[in-house]
Amino acid sequence: MATLVIENLRKSFGPVAVLHGVDLALASGEMLVIVGASGCGKSTLLRLVAGLDAPTSGRIVLDGRDVARLDPSARDIAMVFQNYALYPHMSVFDNMAYGLRIRGLAKPDIERRVHEAADILGLRPLLTRKPRQLSGGQRQRVAMGRAIVREPKLFLFDEPLSNLDATLRVQMRAEIRRLQRRMGVTSLYVTHDQVEAMTLGDRLLVLHQGVPVQLATPMEVFGRPANTYVAGFIGAPAMNFLPATLASQGTAARFADGTIQRFADGRRAGADGHKLTIGIRPEHVEFEPGGQNFQVDLVEPLGSETVLIGRLASGQLISVKVAGAGPRDETLMVSFPASAFHVFDGTTGLRIDPVVN
Amino acid sequence: MSGRADWPAHTVLALGVLLFLVPVWLLLAGSTLDPAAISRGELSMVPDLRNLGVYGTVLTEGAPGVGPVWRMMLVSAGMALAIAFGKIAISILSAYAVTFFRFPLRMVAFWIIFITLMLPVEVRIIPTYSVMSDLHLINTFPGLTIPLIASATATLLFRQTFLAIPDELVEAARMDGAGPWRFLKDILIPVSAANLAALFVILFVYGWNQYLWPLLVATDPSLDTIVIGIVKMIGTETQTEWNKVMAAAVLALLPPILVVVLMQRWFVKGLTEGDK
Ligand SMILES: Nc1ncnc2c1ncn2[C@@H]1O[C@H](COP(=O)(O)OP(=O)(O)O)[C@@H](O)[C@H]1O
Ligand SMILES: [Mg+2]
Repeated sequence: MATLVIENLRKSFGPVAVLHGVDLALASGEMLVIVGASGCGKSTLLRLVAGLDAPTSGRIVLDGRDVARLDPSARDIAMVFQNYALYPHMSVFDNMAYGLRIRGLAKPDIERRVHEAADILGLRPLLTRKPRQLSGGQRQRVAMGRAIVREPKLFLFDEPLSNLDATLRVQMRAEIRRLQRRMGVTSLYVTHDQVEAMTLGDRLLVLHQGVPVQLATPMEVFGRPANTYVAGFIGAPAMNFLPATLASQGTAARFADGTIQRFADGRRAGADGHKLTIGIRPEHVEFEPGGQNFQVDLVEPLGSETVLIGRLASGQLISVKVAGAGPRDETLMVSFPASAFHVFDGTTGLRIDPVVN
Repeated sequence: MSGRADWPAHTVLALGVLLFLVPVWLLLAGSTLDPAAISRGELSMVPDLRNLGVYGTVLTEGAPGVGPVWRMMLVSAGMALAIAFGKIAISILSAYAVTFFRFPLRMVAFWIIFITLMLPVEVRIIPTYSVMSDLHLINTFPGLTIPLIASATATLLFRQTFLAIPDELVEAARMDGAGPWRFLKDILIPVSAANLAALFVILFVYGWNQYLWPLLVATDPSLDTIVIGIVKMIGTETQTEWNKVMAAAVLALLPPILVVVLMQRWFVKGLTEGDK
């Protein structure tokens, strides 16, 4: 059990800045998921915490001790790699025991720890096998086992499930969550998969091109995205964005087709005519006679729900998610209930909350 | 696949095998024949099994002009092993350094090693001899082996092998707390075992077949290698006993064959157990 504090962590490779000042504080036993598109610097951040790369500047404080300049082995951190990185010539047992042997643990202790981890992960019958004799899911478990036996202060996961097929991924996702809760080890988990992020994290950090954009609980990130990037990234299908301007002394939005809709949650600061982006999730779009024309281009049945993709009269592409099989019509009437609006600044993309009186 | 489609391939293979086996068979048969008959050019394809004793004779007593063959084979084996192990040890370390460590002039060091590829033993033989002479290593076992140990080829091969090792494996070992030596010993060498075995075979045969350098640096008969010995047996003054020459040649073939056969099993195992 340990706390992790990261302060103003920056990393540049030569002239290229990859991380632009990340701040984080993890409570003991917390699982924080870092989510972002591929190439946004997630792995870089994890490698800095692990000690595999040196930060350009900033502090990494693990359990009250600044570890930023320490060797990886001196940090008491274990990492699960995306491609598992198992030692190909060692048995499952040796893969898990190797780090303990180097740390000079007594043989009986090593055996006890490896066997405990193997029992938790269901690896008992596989201990003598070599990695190449294992399935993807089993390798994944061995990689987890190697981290568990170390009994570290901090777990790092770098997209550990991305090489697994969909069914296995869902299963391992739940297993990782259960395991992490049970062991209570503070964890940083990196993924580009928003479902993984939503389901695994106590909190999420959304990273966008090396800049932390939002740090909050999954439901808060989903319910009150900090900007249009987060709004579009979290949630599937992605949120619809409609251009609008502020109207009626900040109490309403005027859309491109001239319609004006009052905000359900109050007045926004700013001059009328200020550019806005109104976000609305596909599941919140309603069918309403007398609404806007919606020309359906594509129907994606997902079983319990259906996604309709098409165009408004203005030519704007939007998607609509409905329960069940969905309507079969090619043209529908849709409306956007103001209660489901997410209001963003049209230029900066930042969320604009109602002013409190 | 149908048997029909296979026959051209099999024919070519059979011809190839024949091409390699006929000289060896001639050697085997010739070693058991009467030396006078061979000198007359009457080389029979049928071995005379009564004369197999010639092998014992050359092994223990040798032939005119040279000592017993077992001794020369021992010198050859010593030289080949020293060269193979020496080359492997040096090239693993140098490849390890240029692949996994960042130090000033790293690429310069790498290119200097690379350039020496263009300078085989024959080209640098005079300066090498003079260095060995200054070090008083002429007619010694170290003098016979050390100059042949430095190897750019093996260094390059190991570098390629090491470059193919995923970064994450290196990083996993670092997280596990493995220092540079441990990583080399516990991960890198076992993971490269297949390449190591293959290289050992090549280098052993290379060392075993050395001729020019031993000829120059070791004039002392106690340092005669089997290759030198065979040449010496073909005397100019005395009548050459060709059956003994052939027997020695057959014996000289055995250690390389043994190494190939033994190591082949090992490196096929290494190849199939690797996880790439
Ligand atoms: N060693 C490196 N040298 C130069 N650029 C790097 C290096 N490692 C990563 N980068 C760059 O940093 C950015 C972030 O990479 P990474 O952290 O791996 O992204 P992610 O894991 O989020 O996909 C990428 O643009 C990548 O090209
Ligand atoms: Mg990554």
